[in-house]
Amino acid sequence: MKILVCISHVPDTTSKINFTEGDTKFDTNGVQFVINPNDEFGLTRAMWFKEKQGATVHVANVGGPETEPTLRKALAIGADEAIRINTVATDGYSVAKQLANVAKEGGYDLVIGGRESIDYNGGMVPGMIAQLTGANFINTCIGLEVEGNNATAVREMDGGKETLKTTLPLVIGGQKGLVEESDLRIPNMRGIMQARSKPLHVKEAVDISNETASIQFEKPAPKGAVKLVDNVEDLVNLLHNEAKAI
Amino acid sequence: MKPDLFEAPDYYNLDDLLTEEHKLIRDAARAWVKRDVSPIIEDAAQKAEFPKSIIPGLAEIGAFGPYIPVKYGGAGLDQISYGLIMQEIERGDSGVRSTASVQSSLVMYPIWKYGNEAQRQKYLPKLATGEWMGSFGLTEPDFGSNPAGMVTNFKDKGDHYLLNGAKLWISNSPFCDVAVVWAKDESGRIHGLVVERGMEGFTTPETHNKWSLRASATGELLFQDVKVPKENLLPNKSGLGAPLGCLDSARFGIAWGAIGAAMDCYDTALRYAKERIQFGKPIAAFQLQQKKLAEMITEITKAQLLAFRLGQLKNEDRATSAQISMAKRNNVDMAIKIAREARQMLGGMGITGEYSIMRHMMNLESVITYEGTHDIHLLITGLDITGHNAFK
Repeated sequence: MKILVCISHVPDTTSKINFTEGDTKFDTNGVQFVINPNDEFGLTRAMWFKEKQGATVHVANVGGPETEPTLRKALAIGADEAIRINTVATDGYSVAKQLANVAKEGGYDLVIGGRESIDYNGGMVPGMIAQLTGANFINTCIGLEVEGNNATAVREMDGGKETLKTTLPLVIGGQKGLVEESDLRIPNMRGIMQARSKPLHVKEAVDISNETASIQFEKPAPKGAVKLVDNVEDLVNLLHNEAKAI
Repeated sequence: MKPDLFEAPDYYNLDDLLTEEHKLIRDAARAWVKRDVSPIIEDAAQKAEFPKSIIPGLAEIGAFGPYIPVKYGGAGLDQISYGLIMQEIERGDSGVRSTASVQSSLVMYPIWKYGNEAQRQKYLPKLATGEWMGSFGLTEPDFGSNPAGMVTNFKDKGDHYLLNGAKLWISNSPFCDVAVVWAKDESGRIHGLVVERGMEGFTTPETHNKWSLRASATGELLFQDVKVPKENLLPNKSGLGAPLGCLDSARFGIAWGAIGAAMDCYDTALRYAKERIQFGKPIAAFQLQQKKLAEMITEITKAQLLAFRLGQLKNEDRATSAQISMAKRNNVDMAIKIAREARQMLGGMGITGEYSIMRHMMNLESVITYEGTHDIHLLITGLDITGHNAFK
C-alpha cells in the first residue's frame, strides 16, 4: 500500500498570533512552526500501516523552503520520502490542486490529510483532493483499517460515530482518534540521522491560481477584567441585571 | 507537580544561528523531557531515587555519546548538538543531565579517545544504548580540587593489575556496569582503567541524605585488591591531562545544561508573576519583580551567546580548557542566582515541589561544586591571563 500524508506547516498552538499589512497577512516573526496536529495523527497512523502492513509512506506539503524542517521532522518520525510543492499556500483549492496532482502522479492508494489545519481552519483540502483524483472520501475520520483493497473507517458525527466500509483509493480527513495523543512520536536520534539521507523532492506547482483571497483577519476581542463575586445572591443579581443572561 | 508549560526564551533569536538539524534534535529532546521527565522527576527527587525507567529514553534522544562516531553506536553529531541536548535535559533536572554527562563525556569519551579499537568495540555500543551504564572515578576523599595527589593505585602483577583505593562523589556509581577509574602506576603516573561490575573486591556503596541531585544516584567506588585484566587499561593517554580532557568535555556540557535549569526557573517565575495578583494587579507589574525578570533574561541571553560561541570553537577543535572553565563557571553561577531570585518571586509556592525551582536551586549547589568548583575555575582564568599559578 502506498500512502501519501499531507502535512501542513502551522504555527505552534502557544504562538502569539499577529497580523501585518493592514491585517491581511499573518506575521510569522518569532513564530515556531509544527506539523499540523490533525496531520500528525494521520502520519502516526500511517507509521502503523508501514510497520504492521509494510506500507510505503510519503509526505507532502505545499509551501516555500521554510517549511522543509516540518517535512524533515516527518521523515525523522519515519516517513520514507517527502515532497515539497514549491509555492505559497493560498486558499484551500489551490493547495488541493497541488496535492491532487502529487497524489495522481504517485499512484497512492490512500491519501491522509488532516480534517483541517489549525491555522486557517479551512477544512476543505482532503475533500477537494478526493474530488480531483476521483477517490472515495471520508471526513472527520477517527479510525481506519485497510485490508487488501477494502477499508473500514470510523467517522465522528454529532454525538456519535459511524462505521463505514469503502474501497481504495481513498482520501480521509483525519483527526485525533486515528491514534491517541499518547501514540504520537518524538523523533529519536536514529530517525533524525536517517532523515538526513531520505529524499526530499521539490516540485514546482502546477497551477497556482486561487479561487478565494483573504481580505482581512480579525482577532477575537481581548478578555475583559474578571469580576470576583463573593456569594450566590450577588452572582444571580449580576447575571440577571447586568449581564442579562438569566 | 504542575503540568509542564515550559516555553523556551530566545530573546536574541539565537535559533537563527542553529541549523535545522540542531533544532530538530533540540526540539525532540525538549518534547521528550516534557513527556517523560517532567511528570516523574519531582517524585523521584522527593524519594531520592534515580528514575532508571528513563534510561532507554535518554538513549533514544541521543543523550549517550551524541558526538561519538556512528560506527561505535554514537550519533556522530557536533558539539552544539551535544550542548543543546544537555540544555534540554537539565531544563528537566540537573541530576538526569549528570547521568547523561557522565555516560557521554566521562565514560564514552575516554574510551573513544584514549582506548584501543577492541575497547571501543566492546564498550561504546552498549554504553550508547544504555544497556551498560558507566561512572567515572577521579575524586577521592582527600583529593578533590587537587586530583594529582590521588592515592588510588595499581601494581603490575604480570598477567593483571592489582587495583586499590577509593573514589568519592561518583555519579551513577550505585548502578554502574563499568567505571573508568583513574589510578597511579608504580611510578606515580596516572592511567585510566575500565573496571567492570562483578570484579572481585569492587564495591559501589551509595551516598545517602543528599539535599541536591536527589534524582541522581551518587556513591563511592571502592577497590580492594581488584584484579583488573591488562586489556582494560586505556593505552593511548596517561597523566593528569587524560582525565582533565574528559572534564573539558563534561564541563562544556554543563555550561549548556545550566542554561536549561535557568530557563526553566525564569519561565516559571515569569508565568507565575503574570498570574499572581497582589495589591490588585499581577506582581509582574511591580518594578522589583520586573528588575528580577529583566536581569534573568539578560543573563540567560549572555550565557546562551557564551555557550554558542564556545560550541563553535569546540567544533573547530579550538576551545581551550580555560575558555571552557569560564563558560562553566559563568553559566552555573548565572543559573544558581536565577534559581534563587525565581524562588523569591514565587514566595511560599517556591518552596514546594509543585514547582521545579527549588529542586533546580538545590541541584545547582552540586553543579557549581563538581567538575571544578566555582573558585577553581576562577583560578584557571587567573592563571590563563596572568601566567601565575594561584592554586598552591
